Amino acid sequence: MTSALDITQSVKAPRAVFVNFPLGHQTGRPNDPAIQRKIVRDALRAFETIGTPGEIVQLPYVWDPNDRTWETRDYTKGWMPERPSREAADLAEAERAARYAK
Amino acid sequence: MPVEYIPRTRELYSDFTPYRWVVNTTVPWTPLRKPIAQSKIALMSSGGIMYRDQPRFHHEDASYRRIPKDAAREDLSVWHFGYPTADAEKDPNCVFPLERMRELEAEHVIGELSDPAFSFMGGVYSARKIREELAPQIVDELRRAHVDAFYLVPA
Repeated sequence: MTSALDITQSVKAPRAVFVNFPLGHQTGRPNDPAIQRKIVRDALRAFETIGTPGEIVQLPYVWDPNDRTWETRDYTKGWMPERPSREAADLAEAERAARYAK
Repeated sequence: MPVEYIPRTRELYSDFTPYRWVVNTTVPWTPLRKPIAQSKIALMSSGGIMYRDQPRFHHEDASYRRIPKDAAREDLSVWHFGYPTADAEKDPNCVFPLERMRELEAEHVIGELSDPAFSFMGGVYSARKIREELAPQIVDELRRAHVDAFYLVPA
């Protein structure tokens, strides 16, 4: 599975399926099982249909037919949302540990 | 048009020494031995998925997490610094389609979903670390599970 065509071409995975979605959505939009299912099924089908090492199947799905601005905006300076601080990440980890403690 | 991530990353981190992307000149190839409907398939995501109280990932962390195949969505969480994780936090199936794979197993589209599934945090700078530390452990896991096909979702 890939949404980064040039990286996958450089790495040369044995078989790959490309979907042109923003990173973080390689197997679909959140809470949209229908598109997730289509992508996963297409990927599984590619195990059987790809016969040439390194072949990349390009899927037809479009992230948003009315807005392609993400393609020019993503991964440019200032675009990446603020990441959680180390303290916030540690806190989330401690909360999970407490929630599942017997 | 597909985003060209290699030049874009070079520009984004232009204050740093340019990243040396992995460039392979050959492609490994193993023919599929049986149809997918009879194959045991393992799932792995580099999206930084954790199950219940498993420890979170850290920078340059090449460790991985074993995620039970029957894990409930509420028991999964996400930590990754290299992509916006808001949607994956809402629905891990965006980068770790465990629920979809379970459904396809129940419908006999695939033979069997291997247990456990795997995840690591793909934002590791050192490709050597992934190649020499993480990959051999995963290969060992897959061999012991007699997996026929391996479905990787890089996030």
